[in-house]
Amino acid sequence: MDLKGKKITVHDMCLRDGMHPKRHQITVEQMVDIAKAMDEAGIPLIEVTHGDGLGGASVNYGFPAASDEEYLTAVCKEMKNTKVSALLLPGIGTVDHLKMAVDCGISTIRVATHCTEADVSEQHLTMASKIDGLDRVGFLMMAHMIEPEELLAQLKLMEGYGANCVYITDSAGYMLPDDVTARVALARAELKPETELGFHGHHNLAMGIANSLAAVEAGANRIDGSLAGLGAGAGNTPLEVFIAVCERMGVETGVDLFKAMDIAEDKIVPMMDHMVRVDRDALTLGYAGVYSSFLLFAKRSAQKYGLSSRDILVELGRRRTVGGQEDMIEDLALDMARQRGAL
Amino acid sequence: MSKKIKAAIIGPGNIGTDLLMKALRSEVIEPVWMVGVEPDSPGLARARELGLKTTAEGVAGMLPSMQEDGVQICFDATSAYVHAANSREVNARGAVMIDLTPAAIGPFCVPPVNLADAVAARAMNVNMVTCGGQATIPLVAAVSRVQAVSYGEIVATVSSRSAGPGTRKNIDEFTRTTASGIEKVGGAQRGKAIIIINPAEPPLIMRDTVHCLTVDEPDQAAITRSVQDMIAEVQQYVPGYILKNGPVFDGKRVSIYMEVEGLGDFLPKYAGNLDIMTAAGLRTAEMYAQEILAGNFTPVAA
Repeated sequence: MDLKGKKITVHDMCLRDGMHPKRHQITVEQMVDIAKAMDEAGIPLIEVTHGDGLGGASVNYGFPAASDEEYLTAVCKEMKNTKVSALLLPGIGTVDHLKMAVDCGISTIRVATHCTEADVSEQHLTMASKIDGLDRVGFLMMAHMIEPEELLAQLKLMEGYGANCVYITDSAGYMLPDDVTARVALARAELKPETELGFHGHHNLAMGIANSLAAVEAGANRIDGSLAGLGAGAGNTPLEVFIAVCERMGVETGVDLFKAMDIAEDKIVPMMDHMVRVDRDALTLGYAGVYSSFLLFAKRSAQKYGLSSRDILVELGRRRTVGGQEDMIEDLALDMARQRGAL
Repeated sequence: MSKKIKAAIIGPGNIGTDLLMKALRSEVIEPVWMVGVEPDSPGLARARELGLKTTAEGVAGMLPSMQEDGVQICFDATSAYVHAANSREVNARGAVMIDLTPAAIGPFCVPPVNLADAVAARAMNVNMVTCGGQATIPLVAAVSRVQAVSYGEIVATVSSRSAGPGTRKNIDEFTRTTASGIEKVGGAQRGKAIIIINPAEPPLIMRDTVHCLTVDEPDQAAITRSVQDMIAEVQQYVPGYILKNGPVFDGKRVSIYMEVEGLGDFLPKYAGNLDIMTAAGLRTAEMYAQEILAGNFTPVAA
């Protein structure tokens, strides 16, 4: 694979996707400390929000240690070069949240929908297009669930609503490099040349780096990852590893590798409540194609009702659940416990 | 045959047609008009075949003869954008407006919770909140009538096929209106609503989760009883309103897991979210009709 001379933008997820394994309990102080170190290391873009995006604070997904507004205000004002993004899932957050985040100082809004439901983002992307200078990203989750042609049609919808960048998101960490290549290459060939293309991976099958490289080769220029892989499931593409591989292959990220490694080792790993790795349940997510943030909910319900979390996750995959359906997990666990005579 | 109150349905789409099917079975409502804007709309053709008067000129096409035809109740199944104008016109001719759009210019109405209040207040426009609201607010109210609820949250999961273009273009309206209904009608001090659209095939039946946080430790027996009573109330007009699991008690959290299957009149059975709207709209109209028939209420031009 020859990627020499390619320039890409890496986007760190520790302070958003990383909220999932932290049960949304990262403090404002921790966020500011980590964000300043990332700024220092030359990471161009970082995401800061509740794990489920703006407005995610809920019984269903978990109440965070601070509000989106508190996190965003505190981080944005400390950034010298690094830009800050916020995630928004229509159906959870609204344009009111979007406006609030813009007032806090974000430069990028990422509007995320399930891969077949791009049209629910029209309201938010259209509104974002009216805000001067705002970088607008359309983010299609669980992109493994549909074929490349179908995915392209949805990406085009987002492009049409005003997204200047669209993402192919492997929320379940299910894709293999060929799956990524097929989707990214078709999108690159068919979308407007000026529309940027991104890839967001999860490391559930340990394919984060390989998939991200496949995406770059096929024409993606934005790659999500998180230092030390802090993210849902087995985490995101481990960003310091990806940056090192990029250096070896001659791909320019503009990030200081050793500083990135130090943040991962000295700040992120010590903060983890559990080791974010490919454990049995995270592997099940990738194998069965299940939304990565279901992991801890399945573990909790399994423990409460005396079930196997792997059984719960496999069944969630079989039922083709989509992102956001965390409420299904306790309901399903109760059904399974009853069937087994445990209730 | 006992006397019936005449009604008009504005909007011959899926919702309006399903409502028509239900209204034709009513003992107190007689649908006489179907109003559309597309001359070759299949919904208008179907209504014509069923003996209704129809127009493709919008509400303006019905206005000249609606009083002569005795229309006292109108249903609006169009969109929030045109609802206010529709409502003014029919109110001015003495008909009550039942609003199935998210416009919410009149008070919210969730039949088993506050329909009697709306009728008692002689409201000339009532709003049916949202599909998710109709499916969940009764249960928030079932908890809050037992003890104070500091926070009510609902998650409505609907099949992709049952989420129409109107909902998709303005999904924020769903979350805002439903959250407001959880507070104003459900009785929670603070409300939040989440909607998830799932494209699985075959389409999934509407699912709803209700989470309440009580101010004090929940009285488990009283809440369980109240929830079961409320479900029985809703089942009177939506027989497929089924408790799947719960109430689950976890500290001050009370969680209730529901499934809502529709009657399958015109809309498919999985679209319980749409069925519960048309059923609740008709239920509301029937209560107004009973009051009118009993001589307790005469809608007058407003």
